Amino acid sequence: MKKLKPLTRILVALSALSLITAYFVPLWQILMWAPQYPEGLEMKIWINTLTGEVRTISALNHYIGMKTIEVSMFPEFNYMIYIVGFIIGIGLLASIINKRFMLVSFLALILAAGVGALVDFYLWGYDYGHNLNPEAPIKIEGMSYQPPLIGTKILLNFTAFSGPDTGGWIFIGVGALLMGLIIYEWKKNK
Amino acid sequence: MKKLIKSIAFFFLAGSVFIFQGCKPKGPQEAVVGNAASKVYVAPGKYDEFYNVVSGGFNGQMAIYGIPSGRLFRILPVFSQFPENGYGYSEETKPMLNTSHGYVPWDDLHHIALSQTNGEHDGRWAFGNANNTPRVARVSLRTFKTEEILELPNSGGNHSSPFITENSEYIVAGTRFSVPIGENRDVPISTYKENFKGTISFIKIDPQSGHMSIGFQLKTPGVNFDLSRAGKGPSHGWFFFSCYNTEQAYTLLEVNASQKDKDFIMAVNWKKAEEYIAQGKGVKVKAKYAHNLLDEKTHTATSEMMTEVLQLDPTILKDIIYFIPCPKSPHGCDTDPSGEYIVASGKLAALIPVFSFAKIQKAIADKDFEGEFAGIPVIKYESALHGEVKKTGLGPLHTEFDEKGNAYTSFFVSSEIVKWNVKTLEVLDRVHTYYSIGHLSVPGGSTRKPHGKYVIAYNKITKDRYLPTGPELTQSAQLYDISGDKMQLLLDFPTTGEPHYAEAIPASLIMPNSVKIFKIEENNHPYVAKGEKETKVVRKGNEVHVSMTAIRSHLVPDNIEGIKLGDVVYFHVTNLEQDWDVPHGFAIKGAANAEILVMPGETQTLKWVPDEVGVSPFYCTDFCSALHQEMSGYARVSPAGSNVPIKFSTGVIAPEGKGTAK
Repeated sequence: MKKLKPLTRILVALSALSLITAYFVPLWQILMWAPQYPEGLEMKIWINTLTGEVRTISALNHYIGMKTIEVSMFPEFNYMIYIVGFIIGIGLLASIINKRFMLVSFLALILAAGVGALVDFYLWGYDYGHNLNPEAPIKIEGMSYQPPLIGTKILLNFTAFSGPDTGGWIFIGVGALLMGLIIYEWKKNK
Repeated sequence: MKKLIKSIAFFFLAGSVFIFQGCKPKGPQEAVVGNAASKVYVAPGKYDEFYNVVSGGFNGQMAIYGIPSGRLFRILPVFSQFPENGYGYSEETKPMLNTSHGYVPWDDLHHIALSQTNGEHDGRWAFGNANNTPRVARVSLRTFKTEEILELPNSGGNHSSPFITENSEYIVAGTRFSVPIGENRDVPISTYKENFKGTISFIKIDPQSGHMSIGFQLKTPGVNFDLSRAGKGPSHGWFFFSCYNTEQAYTLLEVNASQKDKDFIMAVNWKKAEEYIAQGKGVKVKAKYAHNLLDEKTHTATSEMMTEVLQLDPTILKDIIYFIPCPKSPHGCDTDPSGEYIVASGKLAALIPVFSFAKIQKAIADKDFEGEFAGIPVIKYESALHGEVKKTGLGPLHTEFDEKGNAYTSFFVSSEIVKWNVKTLEVLDRVHTYYSIGHLSVPGGSTRKPHGKYVIAYNKITKDRYLPTGPELTQSAQLYDISGDKMQLLLDFPTTGEPHYAEAIPASLIMPNSVKIFKIEENNHPYVAKGEKETKVVRKGNEVHVSMTAIRSHLVPDNIEGIKLGDVVYFHVTNLEQDWDVPHGFAIKGAANAEILVMPGETQTLKWVPDEVGVSPFYCTDFCSALHQEMSGYARVSPAGSNVPIKFSTGVIAPEGKGTAK
């Protein structure tokens, strides 16, 4: 088994530790603009909660039959803290064990968590946008309101944006750094 | 492996770029372009081109703005007390706010109708509706005073009102909420379907005096009537109403009245109703409603309680009303200048159906009905339809027209005005409004002869358009130039109350007739003093009537004695001025009924119940002249049972030492 360069070990440890910020900053954001909301409405997704103008968003969305958004809708908030904790642990372990396969595992885990989160978010968005109250005041033939996974999407009079927030960017940054480190290790040990 | 890593890296990179590009889409901000400022600039001393008579919504008033400047000239009190001029406070105007429920100091005025002759504005009267305690008011466009208010019996709220026929034969008043009517009104709310009825009142307007009376009332199935327009030209003789809640829901209407795909437009053949009345088919039913009228000569309003109303039942008397299916809770129901097209705006729909009057007539002749609703024939949608305007916007509400065959529809949800061609149904242009437009107005846009030139948006949300003033903000309107192919935003202007419907009329139709003063020799007020020699103070039991005059810069009398605790004092103040723009005001310390403002040649009365012994100063509240501050006086109040005689004077100075109290 190949060992890691000292620089790699330090950076891997720092990467793992930087993920602790995920407990203190929002991970994801959903922004919405409408003609009468030029200042925008925002919803921030944290590791264990939601913040922002969630109530206003729910009040507006009820016209088209969408569910009221509540923290209790998301069982993910109960176990996300453990998943992130596990990832941090693996990262630190990779630095301690000092083996290349651990570095690759760490990255694989982050990628898997990212993809898993996106799939999970997509499934929730699909349900939220399609599973509408049949008694809603406004029903438009053939319309569904699934929020965008990443990027922007126009939904009736709203333009919605979905994308990473600070915590999400840190995850992406860590992922990119780990990838760089793997390339670095691989080239050095050819 | 390398390839895989590279492709993963690329994925992240591409994703990031995509995210950055996708972030923060462009807001709806649109800069005012070109020569907008010069188009709305009315130089000092110059006049605006149009009067804009705007409803004040929940303030119960009307407001007069100039267009294109957007300047506010006056607030006209109609259904609410108005501290600025004593309307609803003075003894002369209190009867104007009387109803079958007693004195109602504040109502909700939604819509304006300007009087018409031959389908054009004639500049005589403006009508307004009281939405809460159902009434219709007539305001003179000569004096800009509320001259008459008529209450509507058997109505649960007067929303589809006061829309007017092309020769001002009738204005209508359709109930917003259906309610139980007749003898037995104590019924369970859940018996809506069987016991709740709607009514549409046709209010006759005397062509000379403008006086209003209920011509007849149609008893309709229990639904909610929203808005209305009279036919014009070929469709004159008909009226069109939008109806929602054909689900007949009586709770959580937000959901329960939004279930059907289609509600109705109700077409009313009022000439047919007149025929039935001529044949004696109407039924007089007991009712209680107030009719309040201002006498311009006595400057005094009187309130009379009416006792009956003539009703027609269209389920028995056939061919008066027909229903036409209309998508999703229609709101606006507007007839185009030709009178052929009826534009119905389903406020939850994404398209606008346009009905054809000729097709409706044909469908009725051919009995092309899809069935009945509560005993009223329902015309087939397709048989009445001229066509649908597709891909418009979200939440269409109201439509006005220009003289070139174009329609302008307001969209609440997507916050825009969409211009489209009435014949071809093609969408031509769209502009944003700030924010969530409700009604809109083109000068003459509801008549047979629109003046085009501008469309004004009256918005429901103001938010960030002006300097903030706490949670309660000004309301907002926008002016757009519609003379070209593209609508151009010219001006934002704040409005008072909440503007609902408004009409704009060329200044040339109003300005020459505007009254400058009331002639003092024509003043028949029972307590008028037409000169200072006629002033007096008269005791009638515990009432003390002061016939007072006001002229620059003194009040006569200005020394009044002999008032006793327990008296009710009436100050009847006549403004002797016969000069333009010299009102006088009157206020006395401790008056629980505020103040009054008196126009030249007019008499107004302030009631005062003194509550303490002593001398109370009174004064003119309107800065009338250089010596306005000197325009004042004293009223002495003695204890109950005192023997101080009634005494009054102005300019009388007591000899030295004799001025002391006895």
